[in-house]
Amino acid sequence: MSDVYILGTDMIKFGRFPDRSVPSLGAEAALMALDDANLNIHQMEALCCGNLGQAGAMVGQRILQEIGQTGIPVVNTANACATGATAFREAWMSIKAGIYDLVLAVGVEQMGKGLLGGAGGGKGIPKEGLLGSQTMPAVFAEAGMEHSNKYGTTFEQFAKVSVKNHHHSTLNPKAMYQIETPLETVMNAEMIAYPNTKLMCSVNVDGAAAAVLASEKKAKELGLGRAVRIKASVLTSDPWQERDLVMPDVNSCTRLAAKTAYEMAGVGPEDVNLVELHDCFATAEILHYENLGLCGDGEAGRMIDEGETALGGRVPVNVSGGLLSKGHPLGATGIANIYEVSTHLRGEAGERQVENARIGMTHVIGLGSACAIHVLEKVD
Amino acid sequence: MAENTPAEGETPGPLPVVDYLKIPESGDPYLEGHRCSGCQSTFLGERSICSNCGARDKMGTVRLSTQGTLYAFSIVCRSFPGIEVPYVSAIVDLEDGGTLKGNLINIDPDPEKISFGMPVEVVFKDALGRKDRDGNSYLSYFFQPRG
Repeated sequence: MSDVYILGTDMIKFGRFPDRSVPSLGAEAALMALDDANLNIHQMEALCCGNLGQAGAMVGQRILQEIGQTGIPVVNTANACATGATAFREAWMSIKAGIYDLVLAVGVEQMGKGLLGGAGGGKGIPKEGLLGSQTMPAVFAEAGMEHSNKYGTTFEQFAKVSVKNHHHSTLNPKAMYQIETPLETVMNAEMIAYPNTKLMCSVNVDGAAAAVLASEKKAKELGLGRAVRIKASVLTSDPWQERDLVMPDVNSCTRLAAKTAYEMAGVGPEDVNLVELHDCFATAEILHYENLGLCGDGEAGRMIDEGETALGGRVPVNVSGGLLSKGHPLGATGIANIYEVSTHLRGEAGERQVENARIGMTHVIGLGSACAIHVLEKVD
Repeated sequence: MAENTPAEGETPGPLPVVDYLKIPESGDPYLEGHRCSGCQSTFLGERSICSNCGARDKMGTVRLSTQGTLYAFSIVCRSFPGIEVPYVSAIVDLEDGGTLKGNLINIDPDPEKISFGMPVEVVFKDALGRKDRDGNSYLSYFFQPRG
């Protein structure tokens, strides 16, 4: 079966834009991706739009109202933090199915500040701080502490993830922050939910990213010049685990998605040159080194200690700065990851370029859970 | 929750914080699980279909143990407005099956003082004085170190 290609992709610089609307942010990214592909809205046959905060408000159609109401089909997706990647995958599937040759995918989010999580609600009395914590920092702290329980992973090792990703973001002008955070700074920052300090929590920002996907036939017709090949697109939900009811499981769905993605792409973890993975909290990144097969079980602590996932290391992870420092606009994150990996495969990542990048992987997790993985390949 | 509705003139007892906390008319409160007799998976809360094996007719109730061990935790230092911090949010594996999440009490909220696998017990106490809009009190469960 023929492959699907990315012909254009871009993202806006992540930040806080309280005076902008969700559709206007999405429209800006959409136009940037179209320009990058040297195509226009009249050539798009469908739009897949990911947004969580206004999931019931037809964001995709409202984007078209800003950039061109051509009457094409629009699908709006909501899948927690996998929202953008799910929209991208809907576009991929529609081309793979032979329905369309050119599809636009947009992910966009406008966030407030503050803690994310289940505020309790429901009947009776608030449960937060009574039956443990449902705040996201605590939920992911517990997921990290499960790893500590099994393998002895330390607070310092989790903190090193944040040091690395903040360092990477100093090389990325589109990241929310470009600030170095030494280990002592990370570890001594305000404790939110041990072992996650404030600098180990992803940044709530506004953002948008977009991509133009094309069938192989159309991509060849238009020229493969800067195209990126999509080798695998996988979406999973969480297979049953015994602690599911009290401990959202980000591991099983990632392992299942990774296994499927490697098979679909015909590559192994050893072939991957860079990864953008879901570092919503520093603790999470450690888990996913193992979940994605970048190292063996129990080796993630050593991997961060030895710098294997830093720029210049064996398999650089989150060279964009990751969700920790680039920022995490929920619905945009999945496509922003795809933009980052594509930029490296095109050799256009400037100071943070991963040398000779040929295969890259993107990974997002929507708690609840949804895991999306894409494997992208440089086109020769 | 008919069993918790007081008769006319009686002082109402506390309501259960979750529907799987049972307060019998006589005897101690306990936590009720649902277990699939096909695959032995244990669940909290009412259900009839097993989400592990999919069986539709094998679910029965089981009284969960009050003894368990600490599997994972976080020391929560910032929470939503109005929630007192710090506290220890804990995941506890119960003997004989089932996993619970709750506050670990009667221990310093200090990572040096809390160890994985430490034996804990489930205790039942008032829900930190929290009341609903109708002024009802609630009975909650907590974990505390054993022994």
